[in-house]
Amino acid sequence: MRHIISLLMENEAGALSRVSGLFSQRGYNIESLTVAATDDPTLSRMTVVTKGNDASIEQIVKQLNKLIDVVKVMELSDYSHIEREMMFVKVVAKEMDTCESIKRLSDIFRGRIIDVSNHMYTIEITGNPQKLDGFLDTMRVHKIVEVVRSGAMGIPRGNASLTV
Amino acid sequence: MKLSGAEIFIECLKAENVDTIFGYPGGAVLFLYDELYKAENRGEIRHILARHEQGAVHAAEGYAKTSDKPGVCIVTSGPGATNAVTGIADAYMDSVPLVVISGNVPKDLIGKDSFQEIDIVGITRPCVKHNFLVTCIEDIAPVMKKAFHIASTGRPGPVLVDIPKDLTNPAVKKIEFKYPKDLVMRSYQPTIKGNKKQIKSAIKMIGEAKKPVLYAGGGVITSKAADELTALGRLYNFPVTNTLMGLGCYPSNDPQFIGMLGMHGTVEANRAMHHSDLIICVGARFDDRVTGDLKKFSPDAKVIHIDIDPASISKNRHAHNPIVGDVKEVLQSMLAEIKEQNIVPDKSAYDAWWKEIKTWQALDCLAYEQGDEIIKAQYVVDMLCKVTDGDAFVASDVGQHQMFAAQYYRFNKPKRWVNSGGLGTMGFGLPAAMGIQFANHDETVACITGDGSIQMCIQELGTCKQYGLPLNIINLNNGYLGMVRQWQEFFYEERYAMTYNQSLPDFVKLAEAYGHVGRRIEKPSDVEDALREAVEDKKRLHFLDFAVEEQGNVYPMIPAGYGHNEMYLNKQDAIKDAKLKSKLIKND
Repeated sequence: MRHIISLLMENEAGALSRVSGLFSQRGYNIESLTVAATDDPTLSRMTVVTKGNDASIEQIVKQLNKLIDVVKVMELSDYSHIEREMMFVKVVAKEMDTCESIKRLSDIFRGRIIDVSNHMYTIEITGNPQKLDGFLDTMRVHKIVEVVRSGAMGIPRGNASLTV
Repeated sequence: MKLSGAEIFIECLKAENVDTIFGYPGGAVLFLYDELYKAENRGEIRHILARHEQGAVHAAEGYAKTSDKPGVCIVTSGPGATNAVTGIADAYMDSVPLVVISGNVPKDLIGKDSFQEIDIVGITRPCVKHNFLVTCIEDIAPVMKKAFHIASTGRPGPVLVDIPKDLTNPAVKKIEFKYPKDLVMRSYQPTIKGNKKQIKSAIKMIGEAKKPVLYAGGGVITSKAADELTALGRLYNFPVTNTLMGLGCYPSNDPQFIGMLGMHGTVEANRAMHHSDLIICVGARFDDRVTGDLKKFSPDAKVIHIDIDPASISKNRHAHNPIVGDVKEVLQSMLAEIKEQNIVPDKSAYDAWWKEIKTWQALDCLAYEQGDEIIKAQYVVDMLCKVTDGDAFVASDVGQHQMFAAQYYRFNKPKRWVNSGGLGTMGFGLPAAMGIQFANHDETVACITGDGSIQMCIQELGTCKQYGLPLNIINLNNGYLGMVRQWQEFFYEERYAMTYNQSLPDFVKLAEAYGHVGRRIEKPSDVEDALREAVEDKKRLHFLDFAVEEQGNVYPMIPAGYGHNEMYLNKQDAIKDAKLKSKLIKND
């Protein structure tokens, strides 16, 4: 099953590799991993999407907690939460028809065209990962040149929060 | 007064009450050694020079395991640091508190493939509790404080501190030294006290059990909880089994002790585990060498698991009642709670349970016959136990001799038995024994080893000479890498690939070359005298080279993939094993 795990960790050199190392070392898979500093510059927030049964997720969470740099771990899948991912897609847009079609599809998916060049459109789109998958599927009628996905990030709804 | 980084380093060691440090010098740690030299002359810190960095780390492990202090060692950059990795990994697997300081090339040379540069922080990341690359002189003291704190609290483990050379150079920078007094780390707060509710329900489970087993491991020793464990065991007349790492945490001469469990454990311990309805696991981790095939392991047992490391709980075997906390604290609360609740076990069920266990004990699975001709390895260990009154510190290497030592030396106190359990590091024994002797000056220290293992850190005989360590080296020499040979005999149709130790050195001459006493013993009748003579000599190291049975095997044995009720008790069992004939064991 797919799980999304959020963690706060000391914003120190090597912290990221401790987490990614843990996953490879113990044979857990990573579907995506995103990390950046929070409003508190001493803390980084990381979101890991992984797959596994309940026992293996329990182990992952315990092993993450065991890392000295990790301050807090939250399994977002346990909570009602919001999940988003951002994606850039660059497509060939030569003929008028194609351009129109790309524009229309982007609108339907609430994407935005953020760059236009001679024969290329670049679209920015945000949503949960399934929505991005869906958008890519629809866009396949056109010639996709490049895709950049940020990986998922998430936040619990309501009063629940992952803070120090 | 302003101090250099190297001076600060010494002050940190002093602040942590470090009086002994193991190591090997080199370019990147020259400034540190310069200050160590002065500290040694002032009588503050003694530096023990090993002959190889691996030896230095194992010695620090032996020191840490038999004292109340973390082991400290210092190595240089590059090969010095990589040589230390095996020892660090060993300490990680066996939860040994270590602080390892490695020098690195000056900061501006890092990342340039400089001479003797290696990313040791990266290399050791998977096998340390934590590690640090110090990037400025101001960080040396706080990092050292954290390193000692992390290494020795919670589930202990090795911490590596990598210090670039320029940070220790007095010509580069000096600062005021201040050692942090208190340390609060928001990201590291081990749970010490056990959850009250869990403890209560554990006691309820104990009250309902009919076939309980107390299964205790190295965590009891680490947490200094042998007394509490013994009290709990006696209170309920539990059968008690110890893991390889836990030997000595429950006295082996106690009638409730049913021996070590696991791959080479006793029949009574393994069958008791298999048939039990309640396993009280204290400071152990259901390691694969203990459980065998997890699917077949103790099918009817509920599990109470007490451990300071939450990640050890329900990792291999589901715990019905997990109690996270320091073993000593948890056992104390349990004992207090038991008093309050006054739970009485089911007497008739316990009697029946013990009757069953006694029938397994009657098999006398560790019995062997010592003839007049060939020395049995088991006999040597038996005799060592006899001449030392079962009260020596025993370090072992890894292999058959390790299992014989675990089975036949009867440990009655914690911290007397030191071996490499998790990583299984050949070469561990001799340097570990050195570390033990440094921590326990007047005690008898024996190193039980084999002709394979001893050669992996044989160079440390030089260290023993330099510091006049009167170790007793018991070399159970069968001319083979015995444990591997045993597996080849059973599982690889007796194809002894590379397990015959050709061209063994003359160990007597070798010991003498290093300035020690060497002796070869070939007759059973000479075993006891040789051991006694060695043990009674408090001045010199005796290297006793015992010519033992060449193709002896360790029994009982649970082959990999087998259950606890499927043990080999002897060679006949192995030969008869139809399952074995039909399929080769695939793994481990």
